[in-house]
Amino acid sequence: MLKFLLRRILIMIPQLFILSVLIFTLAKAMPGDALSGQLENAHADPKVIAEQRQKLGLDDPIQVQYIRWINHAIHGDLGMSYTHKIPVTDLIGERLWNTLLLAAATLIVSYAIAIPFGVASGRWTNSWLDKWVTCYTYFTYATPLFIFAILMMFLFSFELNLFPSGGSVDPQAVPGTLNYFISKFTHLVLPTLSGALLATSTTIQFLRNEVIDTKIQDFVATARSKGVPESKVYSRHILRNSFLPIAAFLGYDITGLIGGSVFVESIYSYPGLGQLFLDSIQQRDFTVVSALVMISGFAALLGTLLSDIILSAVDPRIRID
Amino acid sequence: MDRFQLLKLENLNTSFKIMNSYYPAVDNITMDVFPNEVLAIVGESGCGKSALALSIMGLHNKERSLIKGHIYFQGTDLLSLSVSQLNKIRGKDIGMIFQDPLTALNPLMRVGQQIEESMNYHTSFSKKEKREKTLHLLEQVGIPDPRLTYNQFPHELSGGMRQRVVIAIAIACEPALVIADEPTTALDVTIQAQIMELLKTLQKKSNTGIILITHDLGVVSEMADRVAVMYAGQIVELSAVEQLFNNPLHPYTRSLLNSIPSSSSDDDRLHVIQGIVPSLQNIPRSGCRFSPRIPWIDASHHEDHPVMHEVESNHWVRCSCYKHFYFPNEKVGEK
Repeated sequence: MLKFLLRRILIMIPQLFILSVLIFTLAKAMPGDALSGQLENAHADPKVIAEQRQKLGLDDPIQVQYIRWINHAIHGDLGMSYTHKIPVTDLIGERLWNTLLLAAATLIVSYAIAIPFGVASGRWTNSWLDKWVTCYTYFTYATPLFIFAILMMFLFSFELNLFPSGGSVDPQAVPGTLNYFISKFTHLVLPTLSGALLATSTTIQFLRNEVIDTKIQDFVATARSKGVPESKVYSRHILRNSFLPIAAFLGYDITGLIGGSVFVESIYSYPGLGQLFLDSIQQRDFTVVSALVMISGFAALLGTLLSDIILSAVDPRIRID
Repeated sequence: MDRFQLLKLENLNTSFKIMNSYYPAVDNITMDVFPNEVLAIVGESGCGKSALALSIMGLHNKERSLIKGHIYFQGTDLLSLSVSQLNKIRGKDIGMIFQDPLTALNPLMRVGQQIEESMNYHTSFSKKEKREKTLHLLEQVGIPDPRLTYNQFPHELSGGMRQRVVIAIAIACEPALVIADEPTTALDVTIQAQIMELLKTLQKKSNTGIILITHDLGVVSEMADRVAVMYAGQIVELSAVEQLFNNPLHPYTRSLLNSIPSSSSDDDRLHVIQGIVPSLQNIPRSGCRFSPRIPWIDASHHEDHPVMHEVESNHWVRCSCYKHFYFPNEKVGEK
């Protein structure tokens, strides 16, 4: 197991290198650069712009720029944000926690809904419950996130005034106080529910199909022939086998959520990585974009590793050594 | 035969739902199993053998099947019991050996746990007693290293070893009746013989009644005391094993026996039964169900509503067409 982990982590080094080259090239290929995004070029003296370019090293050959960038990145310096004028690490740092919080909440809520409904729906197929759950999954599957999130905001924030419509915390709340925590929580509710309620549909459908497939397996008949009570047939035999593929997906799910829920974060102006990503692309904030793509790439590599570890822990047929 | 029956089937009828109507796969079967005997049920695939076995175990999906009649096990009608009442009998008094050992074991559970599981519900053994009993069972079914296998997962064992584990599960609580549904079909020939030998030894040791479902007549002749030949959901011939092999009567039984390749036969062509077993919806529900597959026999020889006739003591055969049956390559009236 340890050897496997070490090997996987070592493999990540070349993977990250290739990723970084790719990101750098793509970012450079974007039309415009940091200067065209931030200056009113029409009114600026071309000589000044050229001078600034020279100063920022934007005229150097691309490989020199890359080496400079990667060298700094390895030392933890992702550069300065051109638009925000603060180090990228600082800019990302505060938002990373917000995104992680939202991701964790979304993941927990969506699984808390999906698991009981998916299992019940698969166990009692064609019951009224199953029909309602299937109806719900089709509805949520077909609903675009950006419309659903706006509807949620309209209903629960503007009409019912139950939760705030944007931000991650009340600006007046003092960190560390109870009020601060409550404010954090209420700001989290709508973005979480918008993401989670839609994310459940695939998990429910998947789990339902797994349970339906598993409950007709021969080993389930063996369990019944042993006189195992029906509730135990489910808890000991059917469910564990049905959860296998879900467990494998968990790692990828985490990746997807860390990459940032761009829609949810921008609609609720939730200061997370997704929102920052969108803003940075619009402003050609090249250093921030590269750093963010690098982070989500890293998260993807970690996610696959996590999936492998989870799967090997729950399925004895998959051995890691 | 006034011995106390272990299992008594009375007009057992198991129907499956296809497009909103029910079609009987097991059609009015009446049959007894006595303690300490091996009753073989023989027939081609699709004759209702497994449907019969699963009916006894209560393993059919209740939404898609309808079971009528009576299944008396040691005097109790299993069909009148609730699932939880049935669970007190399944695994304890009736054990089942499944056809395919590759899929009959839970891939995520250790072998030891899977064998112990039935003891959890049917005995008051302590953890240690269960473990000892399991190790003993593994040894009994011929697992070379019980202690190792106890902690192994099914995928670490070969097919033959897994079938031994499946047998150990079935006999864990020393049941009075074991239903073995084609226990060797999925195994290769050398292993088949070993598994059959094992079943025979276990049966002799513990005086268990066994219902052995198979389509292998070689197995039948070695193992069985009595044989029921099934065709299209009905029993067409029922007799002691010697009578069946010495004096097979029903055209279906004779065709089956005639289809066994034999090295001593002069005829180098293998007899093949014409046609196929009709699918559930297409089983003729009146007249002799085997008649479409022996079209050269005159229709007037079949009964309109074939019933079982006791031709000699305890040798039953359905329909009177057996009196007029001959194989196409035989001369008429030779038999």
